[in-house]
Amino acid sequence: MVYERDLNLEATELRLGLPGTVTEQSSEKQKPNSNATKSNKRSLPDMNGESEVRRENSSVSSNDKKSHSQETAPPIKTQVVGWPPIRSYRKNSLQAKKLEAEAAGLFVKVSMDGAPYLRKIDLKVYKGYPELLEVLEEMFKFKVGEYSEREGYNGSEHVPTYEDKDGDWMLVGDVPWEMFINSCKRLRIMKESEARGLGCAV
Amino acid sequence: MGPNPKMRKEFFDSTRSSPFPDEVLERVLSLLKSHKDRSAVSLVCKDWYNAESWSRAHVFIGNCYSVSPEIVARRFPRVKSVTLKGKPRFSDFNLVPENWGADVHPWLVVFAAKYPFLEELRLKRMAVSDESLEFLAINFPNFKVLSLLSCDGFSTDGLAAIATHCKNLTQLDIQENGIDDKSGSWLSCFPENFTSLEVLNFANLNTDVNFDALERLVSRCKSLKVLKASKSISLEHLQRLLVCAPQLIELGTGSLMPELTACQYAQLENAFSQLKNLSTLSGLWEASAPYLPLLYPACTNLTFLNLSYAFLQSHELESLLCQCPHLRRLWVLDTVGDKGLEAVGSNCPLLEELRVFPADPFDEEVVHGVTEAGFLAVSYGCRRLHYVLYFCRQMTNAAVATIVQNCPDFTHFRLCIMNPGQPDYLTNEPMDEAFGAVVRTCTKLQRLSVSGLLTDLTFEYIGQYAKNLETLSVAFAGSSDRGMQCMLEGCPKLRKLEIRDCPFGNAALLSGLEKYESMRSLWMSACNVTMNGCRLLAREMPRLNVEVMKDDGSDDSQADKVYVYRSVVGPRRDAPPCKWMKQAAVMGHQRIKIHPTMNCHPGPMHPVKVLQKQEAPGHLTCSNLLSSIIRFPISSSYVHELANNGVCLLTCLNDAYILGMAKDLKRESSGAIQTCEHGGGPVVPVLSPTRLLVVPTMKFKPEIGLRSGRTGLRWAGFSKLRNIFVVNAWEHCVSRT
Repeated sequence: MVYERDLNLEATELRLGLPGTVTEQSSEKQKPNSNATKSNKRSLPDMNGESEVRRENSSVSSNDKKSHSQETAPPIKTQVVGWPPIRSYRKNSLQAKKLEAEAAGLFVKVSMDGAPYLRKIDLKVYKGYPELLEVLEEMFKFKVGEYSEREGYNGSEHVPTYEDKDGDWMLVGDVPWEMFINSCKRLRIMKESEARGLGCAV
Repeated sequence: MGPNPKMRKEFFDSTRSSPFPDEVLERVLSLLKSHKDRSAVSLVCKDWYNAESWSRAHVFIGNCYSVSPEIVARRFPRVKSVTLKGKPRFSDFNLVPENWGADVHPWLVVFAAKYPFLEELRLKRMAVSDESLEFLAINFPNFKVLSLLSCDGFSTDGLAAIATHCKNLTQLDIQENGIDDKSGSWLSCFPENFTSLEVLNFANLNTDVNFDALERLVSRCKSLKVLKASKSISLEHLQRLLVCAPQLIELGTGSLMPELTACQYAQLENAFSQLKNLSTLSGLWEASAPYLPLLYPACTNLTFLNLSYAFLQSHELESLLCQCPHLRRLWVLDTVGDKGLEAVGSNCPLLEELRVFPADPFDEEVVHGVTEAGFLAVSYGCRRLHYVLYFCRQMTNAAVATIVQNCPDFTHFRLCIMNPGQPDYLTNEPMDEAFGAVVRTCTKLQRLSVSGLLTDLTFEYIGQYAKNLETLSVAFAGSSDRGMQCMLEGCPKLRKLEIRDCPFGNAALLSGLEKYESMRSLWMSACNVTMNGCRLLAREMPRLNVEVMKDDGSDDSQADKVYVYRSVVGPRRDAPPCKWMKQAAVMGHQRIKIHPTMNCHPGPMHPVKVLQKQEAPGHLTCSNLLSSIIRFPISSSYVHELANNGVCLLTCLNDAYILGMAKDLKRESSGAIQTCEHGGGPVVPVLSPTRLLVVPTMKFKPEIGLRSGRTGLRWAGFSKLRNIFVVNAWEHCVSRT
């Protein structure tokens, strides 16, 4: 049409899209837009969490019920918006309290090989290794066995270890208590077989 | 009775002359308190309707958009007390956009005119501004009771206005609101001669109040029965307050942080022992073991103990519970663990309500909190339990079955297994049988929240057995549409249904067509409902409002969040603008102003009038225009009719009819307007429209609609375009009238 040349329709074209986006054909105009929005969506952890959980949920319910187990849960567990259903005031109170507690105490995570869940303990509460070990034994239902500096823990299937500030895995008990609580980042109760090699070599 | 009018009149006169004048009827009816009873009474006959209307002093409005303040005022001329609820409950969990609505101000304006002697206002999930609070304080000289629960939009300045102006205030109850907590100076605004306060709850405010002002207030308000202080009140302060108010029935302490000398401790102990009448104890922030014994002397008559902000261990809870033999309601944090709940079972035989809140709900890796064992222990010891809210990380079908065997009288059963879709952790089965047991055994069940891995079987059970169920909350559950259908077909008393993240789609939504008018509301978010499903629902059920809230960046055909509710006033005018509008405004032509939300009202509207009214944006209405244009192709006679009235069909473009006023347009050719079939190209080359009306049809896709291109609006004259009016088919699915 005559108009197209003279009237510079390009400039006055009415289109829906973010300013600055240049698109060639109408069929592709949609895609950059929707891609842009889709990638926006992915970067929102809330949306991600929801859609992931939803997909997980629908795939789970269509599977044989018996085969569902915790191991098939997706590795990334991002927070779902508005879940668990707790009102904002309480949620904010809890966050504040948590931050306070974590600043005041020395909370470390404790995991045990083979157990699905971690625990959290406050190292400041204990006065020394015997107390700590007793608590761990109670928590995870195991026995630590005899500790000796030379041989580490003797006579039990599980061995308490910890990761220190340098990222090294050490046997619990090897360093003085004060040093321990200042350098311990997390605890792990390992299987005896894996713990070989830790501890002081004489 | 024959058709003879004279005989009928005589009959009615004779019945009316029975000694039962209106005043007596009103007097009798004024003794009725329950609004359900009053509704029933008003349906008996016209006289009773009128008498009931005149005698109603308190009105309860469960959904502020189901009715208008004008209608309420017209029906009930002598109301003194109003309870008003606004947003859907899931707004508490951030699922409802911020500017959704539920503004209380229009209600206050009508009340100021019609109920100038209003005494009580209780609001839940309403948007309240400081201006509204000031308006309230100034315009109602008899105002006595203000309760704000889960509201937002106001600050402590609004509270200052209330304190300053409400000379007759007896209750000020501010709970869990989205309040802008600027300062505690509002408390100092109560005048020195103000003495009527009976209830003061400012527990959820954090900023410091002037303690001396509070102390003076408490000492001069001799009728003060309820005092719930905020965290900023220290133990020392508390002691001084208790000395002024030993008559308290409900106390919310401030912070229980250890900071007292021995002497102060003794004084506080003494103060607590003076509280002979205490039935409710709450607050207890930073509660620490050494200070709990302080509370013991006040516990003898306690019926409600709220420890939901106190991080207690099991033994601390046990010691406290030993002091409370009459406990009926207990709220705790799950830090007490299963052991703590065992103590509950052992020490609280009269317990009726238990709520266990999670202390650390968002850290999933770490195990803590309570399990099925704790709940079981409580059920063995507390046979009168009928209300439970229980957050846990693991549960079994067997445990729940036993629990409801022990406590068959549950009216409210809210179980939240925090990991979505989690099965019975021992058997790996879905939790269907658990909730099956609940609905089968607990025949009085009114409210149910389900969680865990659930298939449609759960909902079959619910539909089959839950005959008294009124409120149902469902999340991450169900396998197919059938689940929701069972709920809708089965539960005869269902009033509120809220669903999130379930695989229920349009078929499920539409299976409730017959049901929704008997319900207060339906919420569905992150399900499989589409815009078309919503439109269909809206079209079939004109007395329902169907609202869709879209998430950023979601697919346009998906109805991300749907809120359906019955209403006698039709679609609301204050819905937030359509998201698409905001996108369009970012287009290249920044000068173009897009006018949001034109709701459709019943009643004919000539298309010319529609466009002529565009001077007042936002108030445009059109109904027949929309309903007549939703059909393809538009007939040539209609187009000619439009043309004769100055409305020009510019194009029919990708399922939207673009219309403009002829006077805005300049025709290049003298040709007549062509009719155009669906998908046709530009009709008439025109220049410089300043206003366009876009009327989307059911298939309209906005991102294509206004995009120019081969089939687009290819006119040079958009340099003058200023206003595009779009009939909003997104925010409200329009029903045809």
